[in-house]
Amino acid sequence: MTQDKAEQKAVEKAVQKETAKDAAPENSGDAKAIDVQGLHKAFGELEVLRGIDFSVARGEVVCIIGPSGSGKSTLLRCVNLLEEPSSGRVTVAGTEVTDPDVDIDLVRRRIGMVFQSFNLFPHLTVLENLTIAQRRVLRRDRAEADRIARVNLERVGLGEKEASYPAQLSGGQQQRVAIARALSMDPELMLFDEPTSALDPELVGDVLAVMRSLADEGMTMLVVTHEMSFAREVADRVVFMDGGVIVEEGIPERVVGDPQHERTRTFLARVLDPAAAEVGEVADTGPTGKRVDR
Amino acid sequence: MPLSKRRRARIIRGVQYGVLVAAVVIFALVADWHQLRTAFFDVNVAKALFPDIITTALVNTVLYTLLGFGFGLALGLVLALMRLSSVPPYRWIAVTYIEFFRGIPALLVFIALGFGVPLAFEVALDMNVTVMLSLGLVGAAYMAETIRAGIQAVPKGQTEAARSLGMSHGRAMLSIVIPQAFRIVLPPLTNELILLTKDSSLVYLLGLSLGQFELANFGRDALNEHKSLTPILIAGLLYLVITLPLGQVVRRLEARTAKAR
Repeated sequence: MTQDKAEQKAVEKAVQKETAKDAAPENSGDAKAIDVQGLHKAFGELEVLRGIDFSVARGEVVCIIGPSGSGKSTLLRCVNLLEEPSSGRVTVAGTEVTDPDVDIDLVRRRIGMVFQSFNLFPHLTVLENLTIAQRRVLRRDRAEADRIARVNLERVGLGEKEASYPAQLSGGQQQRVAIARALSMDPELMLFDEPTSALDPELVGDVLAVMRSLADEGMTMLVVTHEMSFAREVADRVVFMDGGVIVEEGIPERVVGDPQHERTRTFLARVLDPAAAEVGEVADTGPTGKRVDR
Repeated sequence: MPLSKRRRARIIRGVQYGVLVAAVVIFALVADWHQLRTAFFDVNVAKALFPDIITTALVNTVLYTLLGFGFGLALGLVLALMRLSSVPPYRWIAVTYIEFFRGIPALLVFIALGFGVPLAFEVALDMNVTVMLSLGLVGAAYMAETIRAGIQAVPKGQTEAARSLGMSHGRAMLSIVIPQAFRIVLPPLTNELILLTKDSSLVYLLGLSLGQFELANFGRDALNEHKSLTPILIAGLLYLVITLPLGQVVRRLEARTAKAR
């Protein structure tokens, strides 16, 4: 893909976003949905995040890629404080979640989260999965919660499954229910933690399609993923992480299409063509711990 | 020629059958069938037991068991949550309680509550309250450990999903974790109910009035009256009427949980 074409595509995408955003009401004046500064996280001796600075703008779709153990999931989980950062500041939609005085429950209800292992509530029906937090957390009455739940089930194409239990659904259906569950809280942004990694290959497409339509509607999304085609086609920006730091970030055409860093190249070679990488295994010689392209 | 393994196994099995048949034949010849029948299956005695053994004794056994189980379950849940608390003293209290009441005989608790407390504090506890406390205090210790294991068996992702939807820790416990924990522990809890059914016979210690008799006590009383083992046999069968279906329920629940996973 040529540079011109790439830029043109990025502009098109931005225009789409603008239109979508005009339709949706603005929540606050802050343009940044997520702002992370100097984030460190250690599990005992193990340093998983070693100084992360990055931000996500409202309406932006950012994909985080990188080898396993690079800290991508931990970064995502620090955004809604499922992991407590060791140091650094995390601000979500203008609220500093790392501030000890902040009621994290209030912030979390504005952040949708989708897990690799779905984590649907197995003792509740699909509809109840979507309504329980609406009713218990947002205090919506049953009729209102049911109505919103049904709208979101239709949105992920599972309107007819509301009476089923999670165990009766396929993995792909479960993950779409999980997305609908998060959407039912009217989140300002969505976090996706490897949403398709636990799925059989033939089920990945449906989930990605739902995520793609969300992105088209202007939802702010931070996605940890191994789906390079999704990152390339849907993301506004791709972040490559390795060893607890951001190695490079930028528009997908740049990071995925023309990576500047040896480590990124090695990783992409492995992911995009595992067989070829096996043969031409290159030693990881790239400089460590430095961010480029900001 | 040495015997092959399979041949030897067949001979051993034959001998085992032989011993069994011999034992049955000898027992049938030696036993005094007439006396056995009057002792265990005296129809007149059996007739005299009904309907009181059902309307009073069986009903009371069920009542005492449910009182103890209800109280024990509530206390057991509280203890389980204390055991998992992030505040260390709560954990210590729960562990001490559980170890203490698991380690002493239920009989001792009945004596303490039935006679010790009224004497020491000069209060008269209602019979049903005494039974509820005695059975419940002991049952709670067992149930607390079961419930704790159940709570810990609920995957961590469930709590994370609930918390990420904005639920508080308490709300996530109440709406998401505890309902799932109870599904997991339903079979072992039903077993606990069976144990409590049998332990309810300990109320005989408290000195009951006629209307308060439960199965064991009723059987013993009738034994003295009729000089026959028949009441004991029937009381035993009635215990089985309660416990066997419960065992069936446990098996059904286990099959259902296996299917849902």
